[in-house]
Amino acid sequence: MNPYIANTPEETKEMLNVIGVNSIDDLFVDIKPGLRPKSFDLPQGLSEYEVVRRVTDMGLKNNIQLVPFVGGGYYDHYIPSAVDALISRGEFYTAYTPYQPECAQGTLQSLFEFQSSICTLTEMDVANASLYDGGTALYEAMMMAIRITDRSKIIIDGGVSPIYRKILKTYTSHLHYEFIETPVVHGQASREEILKHLDEKTAAVIIQNPNFLGVIDDHADIIEKVHKVGALALSSVYPVSLGLLKTPGAMGADIVTGEGQSLGLPLNFGGPYLGFMATRKKYIRKMPGRIVGETLDTQGRRAFVNTLQAREQHIRREKATSNICTNVSLCAVQSAIYMSMLGKEGLKELAQLNLDKAEFMRQALEKIKGVQVKRSSPTFNEFAVVLPKDASLVIGEMIKKGFAAGFPLGRYYPGMEKYLLVAVTEKRTRQEILDYVKALEEVL
Amino acid sequence: MSQSFGGWVAGYLGNPKFNVRILMKLIFEKSVKGRRGFGLPVSDVPVKAKIPSKYARANDAELPEVSELDAVRHYTRLSQKNFSIDTHFYPLGSCTMKYNPKFTEDLARIGSFMNLHPLLPQLAGGEKLTQGALEVMHHLEQLMCSMTGFDAFTLQPLAGAHGELTGIMLMAAYHKSKGNKKRYIIIPDSAHGTNPASAAIAGYETIPVASDKNGNMDLVKLKEVITDEVAGLMMTVPSTLGLFENNIDEIAKMIHAVDGIMYYDGANLNAVLGRCRPGDIGFDVMHINTHKTFTTPHGGGGPGAGPVGVNKKLEKFLPVSRVVKNSDGTFALSYDFPDSIGYIAPFYGNFALLLRAYGYILMLGKQGLIDTTNHAVLNANYIKERLKKYFKLAYDRICMHESVFSASQQADRGVHAIDIAKYLIDQGIHPPTVYFPLIVPEAIMIEPTESESKPVMDLFIDIMIEADRLTRESPESFKEFPKTMPITRPDEVKAARDVKTSYFLRV
Repeated sequence: MNPYIANTPEETKEMLNVIGVNSIDDLFVDIKPGLRPKSFDLPQGLSEYEVVRRVTDMGLKNNIQLVPFVGGGYYDHYIPSAVDALISRGEFYTAYTPYQPECAQGTLQSLFEFQSSICTLTEMDVANASLYDGGTALYEAMMMAIRITDRSKIIIDGGVSPIYRKILKTYTSHLHYEFIETPVVHGQASREEILKHLDEKTAAVIIQNPNFLGVIDDHADIIEKVHKVGALALSSVYPVSLGLLKTPGAMGADIVTGEGQSLGLPLNFGGPYLGFMATRKKYIRKMPGRIVGETLDTQGRRAFVNTLQAREQHIRREKATSNICTNVSLCAVQSAIYMSMLGKEGLKELAQLNLDKAEFMRQALEKIKGVQVKRSSPTFNEFAVVLPKDASLVIGEMIKKGFAAGFPLGRYYPGMEKYLLVAVTEKRTRQEILDYVKALEEVL
Repeated sequence: MSQSFGGWVAGYLGNPKFNVRILMKLIFEKSVKGRRGFGLPVSDVPVKAKIPSKYARANDAELPEVSELDAVRHYTRLSQKNFSIDTHFYPLGSCTMKYNPKFTEDLARIGSFMNLHPLLPQLAGGEKLTQGALEVMHHLEQLMCSMTGFDAFTLQPLAGAHGELTGIMLMAAYHKSKGNKKRYIIIPDSAHGTNPASAAIAGYETIPVASDKNGNMDLVKLKEVITDEVAGLMMTVPSTLGLFENNIDEIAKMIHAVDGIMYYDGANLNAVLGRCRPGDIGFDVMHINTHKTFTTPHGGGGPGAGPVGVNKKLEKFLPVSRVVKNSDGTFALSYDFPDSIGYIAPFYGNFALLLRAYGYILMLGKQGLIDTTNHAVLNANYIKERLKKYFKLAYDRICMHESVFSASQQADRGVHAIDIAKYLIDQGIHPPTVYFPLIVPEAIMIEPTESESKPVMDLFIDIMIEADRLTRESPESFKEFPKTMPITRPDEVKAARDVKTSYFLRV
């Protein structure tokens, strides 16, 4: 029984008669016998109940009982129920790209509101309607900078997510770009190293705030120098932190990207996530991805449409600003709803709560003998601690005690094997933090 | 017209004042200082930290201040301004707007998957924490191999176009490893715009090849452009004209003769699943759009997922990480593939979409998937046969999952494909794809999918016939459509000229 096919045998017969063939097989005559499947070895179908049960059982093989202190750019924030209830409306999630604006104003207006929220969050002029994720968004920003400057040298700070840096490298390995990675000093971007490489061939300098080590910075001084040589400053940001932190717009960044997962999306084992991108108004026509604009209908009423489509692949084909067709509209709507519910005061409060809990945890960890909390630079809700032994080993021991204790920086930063990156969100309670500290003491 | 699908939401426009005052507002315009949409926990730690002023934000972000009900009503009302599969017939050709089963939404919300942090398996011993998720991925890869005839899959690409780019990077890695000097990728002129765009981004120049009078690739013209510098050929099968290419085996031979790679754009896999496998018929690499063949929701334009399959020739270049099965039956992520092109996405793909696709495949099983293909093709041919007296068929032959008409006769009466599209909106139908493929003037591309019933299609056909009649009787009336929607036709020229893309700024 296939509940997703409506045709009855009688209807099927009637339709075959209209078409003028005897059987459904006759509709596949263009597939010559030699092109038919060598095999099609698939299991028998199951009922809905059986599938749900089987997949639920597989889920039990995942361990989500651990108290999570892992971040690395992806955070365990609370999502109010209304967010999922709203994006579960079939009118949102079973629609497609708004090719016909008259019957897609819901998606279009929601995306316009998303763009607006991203603009005020980052203090940038214009934003697009989303990209796949924070990493691919940064890649698109880099390509955009290369197009704008017509240069091919990229300087990327070592504080930028190593995952993002790996993605950028993959996409550019077969192209002729010069790619320079500069180290972090005391957790922050090394001014000296960046300036050493910065010259009139530089297309972009890429920085991140807070960076992968959790450290916050004011990059305005770097950006000023970047502009002096005619290059662009690209900043990747963690949106929740912008409740308290100096914005990339205020620092003078030219293109801002980030991972929007923290704005109302579940962790989902890696996706779907939400890449966002914002820029200065003068670069809007160079920006990739769909952009929703406001206009008027024939009766003078406000209306929303996909605009500046001359940049896109379905018009420009090989000359497009990007090959992207689909973005992640539903995730953008999801975060637009989340941001609306969070509101102006809620955003500040949320960021403050994250900051306070992280600070409480840092203070508690500092009291453990042999544990060193890095204080050379300020942090937001994630920070590095140096352990007396290999962080990976400690994490393994902490798993046994019920904690996902953090991320071992040595995985991506050789020489930092004893560094543990710990993230604390508003969901962690005082008791969970104290239990963690106690467990860590026992493990060390 | 005795029957129609009905216009838009009845009563919505009943009170224009209310409509304009409340319903047309942006959420920012409903903001009232002091309102909150949800409450955060009161801090339970005895610490109040402060960001040093040098690093602190100067001006607040002006996010809307609304109550939970304000937000719920605002976005519920907005959703009602959309046409969707759940509410309307949506024969948008090439996009495969088939029904999205509700139980797959439940699968994606199983807590032990939904709340799983992607960095967990990268912790020492962390793979033990994610065995369920890794098993899903491993099994899904195997199922995809069985369905397509390929040897290996990566689930990482985050959408179809991302899969294309990944596939071409695999192609580039192959040629690099063999020391091949390649410059060109051949693409039929009927291809989706993403094909040439993906090829260009991967550093290749593209050569378009025309279709012949039957909609097949013109083999004479193809032969003319094949040289040793051809890296490969990208083909959508069946083509975007809804036609199965008769000469695939010959084309594959010609491309392989210059050590080129055959790329299968899986956009239309739903037309042939169970009836032929790309891996069996000469292709080396393909991507799958899960939102088409495996009915993951389109989401108003994403998120998608674009798994990529390859044969042995390309397997060692697949992105890392890859899921492997240990000898003890457990699963792990391996990064130990020295020829891999590297990371193309942060993690393991759009897992929540892959989980939906997995559930759908498990439920339908072998026969269910074949029946799905059969009825998708049956429905498309039924509409094609019944409408071809009224609208000119681009190619009058048996079609696959969709058919392409040309409104050229109607255009001669002054009514263009877009005008017919707008008429359909007023009849409660989401328009078919218009103006694509580019090689058919006034194209109207209709894909009913297997989900739709004969009565729904019959009503659609009646409405299309009525539209044709109207093009003869009062062509001028089309300019006014749609008139039952929240807006009439928007001024797209103004949108591109007086650019306003944020509530906070006019460019």
